[in-house]
Amino acid sequence: MIRMKDAEKTYENGTKAVRGISFQIDDGEFVFLVGPSGSGKSTIIKMLTGEIVPTGGRVMVNGFSMSRIAERQIPLMRRTIGVIFQDFRLIGSKTVYDNLALAMRAVGATPREIRGRIPYVLNLVGLRGKENAYPDELSGGEQQRVAVARALVNNPSTIVADEPTGNLDPVKSLEIMTLLERINALGTTVIVVTHERGLVNHFKKRVIYLQEGQVMGDATGRYEEVGR
Amino acid sequence: MKHNFGYFIREGARNMFSHGFMSFAAIGVTVACLLIMGTFALIAFNVNENLAELQRENAVVAFVDDTLSDSHAQELGAELEKVENVASATFVSREEARDNYVNNYDEDDLYSDLSAEVFRHRYVIHLEDPDLMAETKTAVENVEGIAKARGDEAVSNGFITLRNVASLISVALVAVLLVVSLFIISNTIKLTTFDRREEIAIMKMVGATNGFIRWPFVFEGLLLGLLGAVAAFILQWVLYLAMCRGVSTSDTLQLLRIVPFLRIWDIVAVVFGAAGILIGVGGSTMAIRRFLKV
Repeated sequence: MIRMKDAEKTYENGTKAVRGISFQIDDGEFVFLVGPSGSGKSTIIKMLTGEIVPTGGRVMVNGFSMSRIAERQIPLMRRTIGVIFQDFRLIGSKTVYDNLALAMRAVGATPREIRGRIPYVLNLVGLRGKENAYPDELSGGEQQRVAVARALVNNPSTIVADEPTGNLDPVKSLEIMTLLERINALGTTVIVVTHERGLVNHFKKRVIYLQEGQVMGDATGRYEEVGR
Repeated sequence: MKHNFGYFIREGARNMFSHGFMSFAAIGVTVACLLIMGTFALIAFNVNENLAELQRENAVVAFVDDTLSDSHAQELGAELEKVENVASATFVSREEARDNYVNNYDEDDLYSDLSAEVFRHRYVIHLEDPDLMAETKTAVENVEGIAKARGDEAVSNGFITLRNVASLISVALVAVLLVVSLFIISNTIKLTTFDRREEIAIMKMVGATNGFIRWPFVFEGLLLGLLGAVAAFILQWVLYLAMCRGVSTSDTLQLLRIVPFLRIWDIVAVVFGAAGILIGVGGSTMAIRRFLKV
């Protein structure tokens, strides 16, 4: 579960990126986080992943208090979250299999667990048979599927996707979003940051609309209706 | 950790080869640093050995009691050699002592008719540890039949001070060189790490601990340090032999005693190996520190 209560973030240069935001995302929910540039979406994602610390209020992520979390606990917290980036962030010198294996090794998985889990996850994202391909040999959509697989491979309770379709054409975007919806249906909480109205309107999920660091709307429905 | 050990070593080796040029640069820097440190330390070691040799030449002279017969005086040698720290005790009869004395003034006929009776039988005593001259001199004086012992403690103390100063300067300079080496190697490895900051950021994002990320870099540093140490050791050997040859053929330096490399090769190898590992592991650990703050 993710819970923000009067969360604030003021950067060292004085910029107030988040101004007293409160919301709760329950386990198993699918939520779109939308809003114009500079509305605080990226800052919220960074607070959720422990890249930055909130300067006010409370942020709880899967039982970890992000304003009081000890440095040695951050890796443990991150293992409860799978992060997907707009630019995929795959390691170009490693194969698809090794990219996923690295994520598993990083959390202490045994070679046996790695051999058992990776084929299952690749099958889930529709990349069976691409184990030995390098990222450069894949299309943009396939690379993002690898990123989804990497986010999923450690079986996190939450997936955070930061503009996951920003570098993809509309067809591939829909495919990735459908994949995330399927993952959500398996019980994983999914939070998607996006500015693509079409996709938000297509899936009709809960939408949290942000503007100037504040929540301006929080409801299930179309982008325009929530952000009105 | 246990099942990741093989992975850490493989990754460390793979990283070293995949960043070939930077690895070459890092090894080159290690070799240069170790060679400078090694050459300096070996010169300091030889200076110290030569000073110790000169100090050993500064012997204790033990004068035999006049009341002892000639034969009894000559038997004292065995007793003296039993004294702790005495390496050798050479008997010098009063006649030989007279001759030595007179020979010092061979331009002057003032002492030509000097009687040997003026001199005492004596022993020239060389010490195992010249630093313990005062204690040994007292022990020699306590041997029955020895009237008095003389040793130039001022000269001995002068040598001790000189050796201590030389050792202190050597240690200080080697320490400074070691720190400089660590700094240079750290910056060289930092350049290779810079290429991989994205990879590190990804590992941090999936929940890798700092230890998991650091280990492959530590092994890479270890390998670079060891390879640098092996290359530096071989070059040091060649350089040392050239130095020995240079000293032995020089008109002015051939008086110096150079310790053969084969007598010290094992110590040099261990020190180079340890320093290489320290420089490599220390440098890579320092280099990666800032990239772990994600």
